[in-house]
Amino acid sequence: MQRSLRIDPNKCTGCLQCEMACAFEHSQTYNTARSRIKVIAFEHEGRKVPYTCTQCDEAWCLHACPVEAIGLDASTGAKIVHDDLCVGCKVCTIACPFGTVNYVAETGKVQKCDLCEGEPACAKFCPTGAITFVDSDWTGLGKMRDWAGKTDTNPATV
Amino acid sequence: MTWTKNVLRVNLTAGTCTAEPLKMEWAQQYLGQRGLATKYLVAETDPKVDALSPENKMIFATGPLTGTPTATGGRYSVITKGPLTGAIACSNSGGYFGAELKFAGWDMVIFEGRSPKPVYLLIEDDQAKLLDAAHLWGKTCWETEETIKKHHQDPQIRVASIGRTGENGVLFAGIVNDLHRAAGRSGVGAVMGSKNLKAVAVRGTKTDAYRPADPDAFAKAVAAGKVILAANGVTGQGLPTYGTQVLVNVINESGAFPTRNGRDIQFEGARAISGEAMHEKRPTDGKANLLTNSACFGCTIGCGRISKMDPNHFSIKDKPQYRGASAGVEYEAAWALGAATGVADLEMLTYANFLCNEDGMDPITLGSTIGAAMELYELGILTKEETGLEMPFGSAEAVAKLVEWTVMGEGFGKVIGLGSKRLCAKYGRPELSMSVKGQEFPAYDGRGLQGMALEYATSNRGGCHVRGYMVSPEVLGIPVKMDPEATEGKAPMLKAFQDLSAVVDSAGICLFTTFAWSATDIQSQIQAACVGDWSLEKLLLVGERIWNLEREYNNAAGFTAKDDTLPPRMLTEPAKTGPHKGKVAELGKMLPEYYQVRGWTPEGVPTPETRVRLGL
Repeated sequence: MQRSLRIDPNKCTGCLQCEMACAFEHSQTYNTARSRIKVIAFEHEGRKVPYTCTQCDEAWCLHACPVEAIGLDASTGAKIVHDDLCVGCKVCTIACPFGTVNYVAETGKVQKCDLCEGEPACAKFCPTGAITFVDSDWTGLGKMRDWAGKTDTNPATV
Repeated sequence: MTWTKNVLRVNLTAGTCTAEPLKMEWAQQYLGQRGLATKYLVAETDPKVDALSPENKMIFATGPLTGTPTATGGRYSVITKGPLTGAIACSNSGGYFGAELKFAGWDMVIFEGRSPKPVYLLIEDDQAKLLDAAHLWGKTCWETEETIKKHHQDPQIRVASIGRTGENGVLFAGIVNDLHRAAGRSGVGAVMGSKNLKAVAVRGTKTDAYRPADPDAFAKAVAAGKVILAANGVTGQGLPTYGTQVLVNVINESGAFPTRNGRDIQFEGARAISGEAMHEKRPTDGKANLLTNSACFGCTIGCGRISKMDPNHFSIKDKPQYRGASAGVEYEAAWALGAATGVADLEMLTYANFLCNEDGMDPITLGSTIGAAMELYELGILTKEETGLEMPFGSAEAVAKLVEWTVMGEGFGKVIGLGSKRLCAKYGRPELSMSVKGQEFPAYDGRGLQGMALEYATSNRGGCHVRGYMVSPEVLGIPVKMDPEATEGKAPMLKAFQDLSAVVDSAGICLFTTFAWSATDIQSQIQAACVGDWSLEKLLLVGERIWNLEREYNNAAGFTAKDDTLPPRMLTEPAKTGPHKGKVAELGKMLPEYYQVRGWTPEGVPTPETRVRLGL
């Protein structure tokens, strides 16, 4: 079964444990500057929104790459940057409509979410359940459940 | 390791920024943040300096666990001589700023001298420079943060700044980072203002600045710590749901909620300003004051309050800029701005709290000072002619106006900005200041909680609850339940709390973890993170060493055992109501024993044996 990251911003407190986990998983640093998931704060609305790659099927980044450095990990559905092929041209960062693939000056390559080979560190370390890793076909199930709960199923009074 | 081993020294007089290695032998003795920066301050300054003179130094310091995934590992402190007290000042803040400083590769920034003109410090990894702040002077903390981010086209910069209060020398001005986290107490913002330093802006992208000594053991210890926090009733449920505001009803019912400048010990309006009330729908607009909770960097508790005010409330009716979400009241602010002034209007408290964040003010000293002024007004010592408004206890309009005037440095706000000790002395009634060593004590009444009375009297930064939180054993039963009225056993327990709190602060984590974490839970994380021996025995010795170093600084600054006392009201006016009716703070029964367990002379001075034992 393929899984996807499901993000519920209502549960996010902005603790950045996800960002630290991502940075450490990929770059052995706690510096959130190296995270591939970012918690975007909308302070005046009181909202914090974790945001990262949705792993498009027809991925703009993958198609735009002139050296075929971005490929599909068939086991997870993730679009993976192959560092040995990436030339740091940044065309993918322009192509991605969501901004979730970005250049890293220190390495001269781009980086994006790779779903951590099927065990995303962000979801594992999120303390509130704002980030979960669920069946790709049923990312809407939680919302369906919430709305289903509001349905009036009391037996009609006679 | 987890120290970056780098210190940034900024000479504001000369306008220079210089890197130097951290004195690792001091790090081994004082751990980090509060302890280590105090060691630097003691080594480099005369305790008798005027706090607002160029000769005073001010240190922004992180701990070894700052910027790590340890739950709450994001804290920094500002250490300096405090202008409110003349004692050592150490104000601790959360948010994201502390971790960013570490990411940029710095354990500490030491500010010395005074800039000839307003400047701000920009740190981008190894690069640090002082930039002209003429365009920022006169701006709020909120405007300053926004302006700096826009100017440098970098929304990921983290900013700590002073507002207009710090510029104007309000003696309890704080330093605000990330919009609503603050190094709030003891007037550290006034020191920053006296140095013509408007803000510190940091961006850190280094990936190799520090590493835990044993990454696997650290990951394990950190994970275990998080499980404990999540499973604990206080840190797993109470604090995320109600914030520190969970305490209002608890402490009020326990009969230890100082009210109307301590004239009373229970507040009839407590329910209306409590954490529970923040969840309830307002009759006016059908919405709750509380919007959501929020967390500081790395925090898996999430006690922060994010509130939205009633747009029709009198305080903001004509001020649309306060209609958005911002940080709501926490326990101490709700008490100071509410109970100490007799005001039970949650919306007004929220407004005043917004202003404290917007321009950097300690709400505890602010509220307590307004409470003292209100008592002087009710006694007829202050008049409407003198203050410019009617200000009886309970007047929400008066508190709102006085807070605004204090921010702007207008009218009677200038007098409020001096703090209650100076205000009460000015009008001939110094005993009405609810302060210790010049700093107002917070939201627990020493007549009801004897251990807190002793804590207030002996805290090294003046009246303070977070140096030795005896509320834990006396009300919450953590780690053991103690009779709040008993004086026996309080001295050794307080010493243990004070020493452990010094360790927690110096590590770079939040004191609130100790509702759930034992000393061992903390020790295992420090040991895995830091190079060297960090056994429990050593850590507690480090905590005790820090406490004594602070004490010696204060002694050298001119404080004596006579200053280890409480306002006469706490010692002589019995509690009027509640479970502790008839009680006063029995400091005389505890203080001699406290000196003894501390290894101090009856004059409150560490004995030569104690100094040797602690390696001072």
